[in-house]
Amino acid sequence: MDFEPSEDQRLLVESVTRMLGDTYSFAQRKGYMALPGGYSPDMWSKFAELGLLGLPFAEEYGGFGGGPQEVMLVMQAFGRVLVLEPYLPTVVLCGTAINAAGTAAQKQELLTAIAEGSLKMAFAHGERQARYDLNDVVTTAKKNASGWVLDGSKTVVSHGEAADKIIVSARTSGDRHDEDGITLFIVDAKATGLARRGYQSRDDSRAADIALSNVSVPADAVLGEVGKGFPIIKKVVEAGIAATAAETVGAMEAMNEMTLEYSKTRVQFGNPIGSYQVVQHRMADMFMTQEQGRSMAMLATIALENEDEAERTRDIAMAKVGIGQAGRYVSQSAVQMHGGIGMTEEYAVGHYFRRCLVIERLWGDPAYYLNKLAEDVG
Amino acid sequence: MDLRFTPEELAFRQEVRAFIQENLPADIRDHMKLGHPPRKEDTVRWQRILNQKGWAAYSWPKEWGGPGWTAIQRMIFLEENLSAPAPELLSFNITMLGPVLIQFGTEEQKKRFLPRLANLDDWFCQGFSEPGAGSDLASLKTAAKLEGDHYVVNGSKIWTSTAHNADWCFLLVRTDPNARKRQEGISFLLVDMKTPGITVRPIISIDNSHHLNEVFFDDVKVPLNMRVHQENKGWDVAKFLLGNERTGIARLGKSKERVRSAVAMAHQVNMHGRPLIEDQTFRQRVAQLQVDIKALEITQFRVVSAYDKAKGAGKPDPLSSVLKVKGTELLQGTSELAMDVAGPMSTPIWAQELAAMNEPDDMLEASSAATASYLMLRAASIYGGTNEIQKNILTKAVLGL
Repeated sequence: MDFEPSEDQRLLVESVTRMLGDTYSFAQRKGYMALPGGYSPDMWSKFAELGLLGLPFAEEYGGFGGGPQEVMLVMQAFGRVLVLEPYLPTVVLCGTAINAAGTAAQKQELLTAIAEGSLKMAFAHGERQARYDLNDVVTTAKKNASGWVLDGSKTVVSHGEAADKIIVSARTSGDRHDEDGITLFIVDAKATGLARRGYQSRDDSRAADIALSNVSVPADAVLGEVGKGFPIIKKVVEAGIAATAAETVGAMEAMNEMTLEYSKTRVQFGNPIGSYQVVQHRMADMFMTQEQGRSMAMLATIALENEDEAERTRDIAMAKVGIGQAGRYVSQSAVQMHGGIGMTEEYAVGHYFRRCLVIERLWGDPAYYLNKLAEDVG
Repeated sequence: MDLRFTPEELAFRQEVRAFIQENLPADIRDHMKLGHPPRKEDTVRWQRILNQKGWAAYSWPKEWGGPGWTAIQRMIFLEENLSAPAPELLSFNITMLGPVLIQFGTEEQKKRFLPRLANLDDWFCQGFSEPGAGSDLASLKTAAKLEGDHYVVNGSKIWTSTAHNADWCFLLVRTDPNARKRQEGISFLLVDMKTPGITVRPIISIDNSHHLNEVFFDDVKVPLNMRVHQENKGWDVAKFLLGNERTGIARLGKSKERVRSAVAMAHQVNMHGRPLIEDQTFRQRVAQLQVDIKALEITQFRVVSAYDKAKGAGKPDPLSSVLKVKGTELLQGTSELAMDVAGPMSTPIWAQELAAMNEPDDMLEASSAATASYLMLRAASIYGGTNEIQKNILTKAVLGL
């Protein structure tokens, strides 16, 4: 067991941190938010140059050959500055799906394009009626002579507007809640019959509803086996949980640093508020929570490589509960310790608060996973 | 980074588990499985079995009889021992005084005491706290005056766990009342509890057990060669002792054992006509504790692996305070769970009914023990530096305030 990053990993963190230090101040970020897609295409190119867009892909696809640990370290750095670019949907979610289930041709085409920065993707799985149930899919795909025809709608698709291609889940057989019978399709964002309606998410990023009406895709648009999409979706979600857990750790670090700084400069009743024990102990609690959260992000990262399915599922669920609760506690405390200024849009802490709020609700909140874990008790 | 156990570490866990399973006397195991703390003779018997195997002085260097384990191995060993459940090694001997003597003791002190500490031939207790000095340890007043070849000790200590069982006591005393700083006039002595002038008064704790004591020193003579380290440098010894490797401090094995015990009991009691184990609220409460235990387990791995990486103790890791605070919260949360499962059966002290029974009633006994354990563990967030003190430590060490 060894928790120290390797030399290569240290260098990776250093270069990412240096780049973000130059380009991702809170003021610069505001500028990126105001751009049409809600993020900076220039930053996207910079990520490509640094090799981040191919981070978890094999070298034969122009990748960096990294694994879950490298993704964890980069996501943590992203969390510290609240990166807006569609990294999570493109590299982590769709990258995982293609890596796990893609044909050689699909990998060659798509992963290479992602790594070089010419392809952005979105993962369109969630539906209005499903809430957090991953198996609840009513969007349909019907076979015809040349391929498949998709009908239905997807909701809260992160960076759905920015994507050039979208991975869409649809039911090819079975009933609404069957795990069997869900199939993944790689759909061109400009396909006839596909309509996107973008909106602002609470975390400053963009998301979209995607309506599919009679959308025809060729037979080779299927990702993985027909009807066997669910295990891939599960894998994608696990990778997403681990990545956003790491992102939460970065966000907690940033909030704790801001709070500490503020406590040294904000004077009340003649003294900096950081000199009061009631504030100190709250910050000690915030630190402890951050570290427990970091442990959970590590657990999720370890779990991704665990081949024992039951153990992996359980560890991921535990990590999701722990990191969600940690993020919530630290962000609520950070706003509280800042007082009124923490409530303002112009101050950074609220933006971190809202990113944690959104992450907590991706693919299931702590109550949802606690409920799942409760099934195993006995 | 490699966040998994190595095959060697996994094999080591198997080895430890198998040894405990084969060698832990059944009567001790059964007694503890009901949730009782070990009796004095249980602790002695088990520590001697471990010592024969060479495992009792688990954290000492090889040269002084330790097994030469890594911090990760030590953690695995402690966890397996606790979750067996087996009696814990006497921490006063093994994790406190042993390393102190190895670091500061004279050759004579090492040769005389270390083998006896490991084999529990001498049971030590800790004379630190005083009626006026709890968390603020440096304000201690018990005085030792040098007269020829011995000190004369006067004063009193309080919260002295197991003093009534102890053969010896390691003691912090004030040898220079005029020192510039309070920390500078303190010395560290070893005192034979049979010395004339020592009185042990029991303090019965809220769990109705006799674990704590007040110890009075009335002109107690302590030979000069029983002082550890230099005169007036006892604070360094105390700091070393308290800051020494604290990986066992989270006592996660105990929390896990409490959860297992509560879950087993929940199969046997009802709620609204159904077994309690089927109740969703109960199951979620268990799941939440399991999540919190898991997080602390990883944090503990981080602490011990950093310790191994640094090849021993450098600066005390501030994460040790996290282990203490979160570990004791879990001890309290899990023991609370076990008591809650027992419901109304947790409220009587069943000792007399149980004694009068012809057949043992394990449920009744476990119900009573669960409450005793819950009451006892309220102390966990008080001893070893209260959790509030731990937060003060974090405030300084991490926040720099």
